[in-house]
Amino acid sequence: MSNDFTPDEMMTIAASRALKNDDVCFVGIGAPSAACNVARLTHAPEITLIYESGTIGTAPSVLPLSIGDGELCETAVSTVAVPEMFRYWLQGGRVTIGFLGAAQLDKFGNINTTVIGDYDRPKIRLPGGGGAPEIASSSGEIYITMKQTLRGMVDKIDFVTSFGHGTGGDDRQKLGMTTLGPTLLITDLAVWRPDPVTKEFTVVSMHPGVTKDNVQATCGWTVKFADNVEVTPAPSVLELKTLRDLKARTKAAHEAPSASGANA
Amino acid sequence: MAKFLSIRDAVANNLKHGDSVAFEGFTHLIPHAAAHEVIRQGFKDLTVMRMTPDIIYDQLIGMGMVKKMIFSFAGNPGVGLLRRVRDAVENQWPHALEVEEHSHAAMANAYEAGAAGLPCAVFRGYLGAELAKVNANIKSIICPFTGEKLAAVPALRPDVTFIHAQKADRKGNVLIEGILGVQKEAVLAAKRAVITVEEVVDDLDTHTNACILPHWTIAAICVVPGGAHPSYASGYYDRDNVNYIEWDAIAADREKFLAWMDKHVLKAPPEIFAERVRHLRASA
Repeated sequence: MSNDFTPDEMMTIAASRALKNDDVCFVGIGAPSAACNVARLTHAPEITLIYESGTIGTAPSVLPLSIGDGELCETAVSTVAVPEMFRYWLQGGRVTIGFLGAAQLDKFGNINTTVIGDYDRPKIRLPGGGGAPEIASSSGEIYITMKQTLRGMVDKIDFVTSFGHGTGGDDRQKLGMTTLGPTLLITDLAVWRPDPVTKEFTVVSMHPGVTKDNVQATCGWTVKFADNVEVTPAPSVLELKTLRDLKARTKAAHEAPSASGANA
Repeated sequence: MAKFLSIRDAVANNLKHGDSVAFEGFTHLIPHAAAHEVIRQGFKDLTVMRMTPDIIYDQLIGMGMVKKMIFSFAGNPGVGLLRRVRDAVENQWPHALEVEEHSHAAMANAYEAGAAGLPCAVFRGYLGAELAKVNANIKSIICPFTGEKLAAVPALRPDVTFIHAQKADRKGNVLIEGILGVQKEAVLAAKRAVITVEEVVDDLDTHTNACILPHWTIAAICVVPGGAHPSYASGYYDRDNVNYIEWDAIAADREKFLAWMDKHVLKAPPEIFAERVRHLRASA
């Protein structure tokens, strides 16, 4: 175990632990991508990672800046066209875990990555859903990872880009969905799981040194805690070294000076 | 039948004001040189479609050429938001922009329906998603066999599709390798397709199941080495990630953006792309 780690590192490592060797994981860019690759480089070397660019079974040595970086294709078992990706592999039910980030999240795991404010007169126009709306409905289950902030974890999201558990209970089944939806939320402070009946995210574990007040202070809804909130095991030396090496390789690869002169 | 033309002639012969246009390439093989030629020729009132509008759509929209954008993810991949697209949507600069927003699954299915000659695409999607409330082109259809409610969107059929590919043979058959995106579907869905390539070769030297667009599906082929930069061409040059990161600051300011466009697009020839990728070739 190591005591020298940041909340961000704890978040990525806690998220990586949730992934298994036999998972087929559709990877969102950003925090999910780091967690998925730490899992692959530590306890789950056989995990199948899929990026929406069509790369199936990829094993990049650095984290891709985009979902379509060349190394994803070069290291993949197979690369398929994007319509095939969404039709046969995602809609066809081959994906066990969809791993998503969020700009805004509510307590039922509904995600907004579309707009802050009104759709027609947005305060901030975000990039939009991309693959997420169907990843959220067609993957066997959904893991979500994001940093806690009052702006990000809100009582009511401005736009439902990707459906989680709606207003809770059996809302998914009512819409005809047969997949589990969000089953895990990993933040920089805690691990959350939905209540089996209400589907409201409930804190089951807090990271070392984190208090209930810390969790509540950075969350816009009234937080529900499990009866016995555990302490998330601190990162192991191997986990931390794997993550830091990966980040260092990534930084070196992406920040090499451009010599194209194209922006001079 | 594919004609080998300069990019100037290919754009002038195939695009009109008010056309619907797809520029496709999923992170890989994005047709930047073709988009810059379209900007230089000053087309207006275009309806542009693209799954992942990134820098080229920031440029087309910032230069005031676009009436409507059909898309599923408008971001600078791995960097952040698109500043010019945001300015158009949030502040109507340089003018108002109509948007038709979809998910990736919907756009991919819609191109495939266009290529397949179908009027619409049917898929399992948009369940619980609010886009269906703000986009009148997202509808549903009941499966006549199972009763399942499925999503339906109109097929995409652009007047012109622009893509970039690795190589053509001398007859004009075009080979695409690596991350394929939706380019084959976008070409077959379009009335006319214009393809820029890295080079023309005697023999495509590939395997029997390779992704090849036969010459008779293509209106024009233009040799533009480096034509995808700062995107990449697998086997030729790497993605210029730093350039994507730098774009954020250029696009953040209207004056800076216009000055950049003047110098690097309006007053630059298509041949400049070969220079831009020189340093990215070694490791590809």
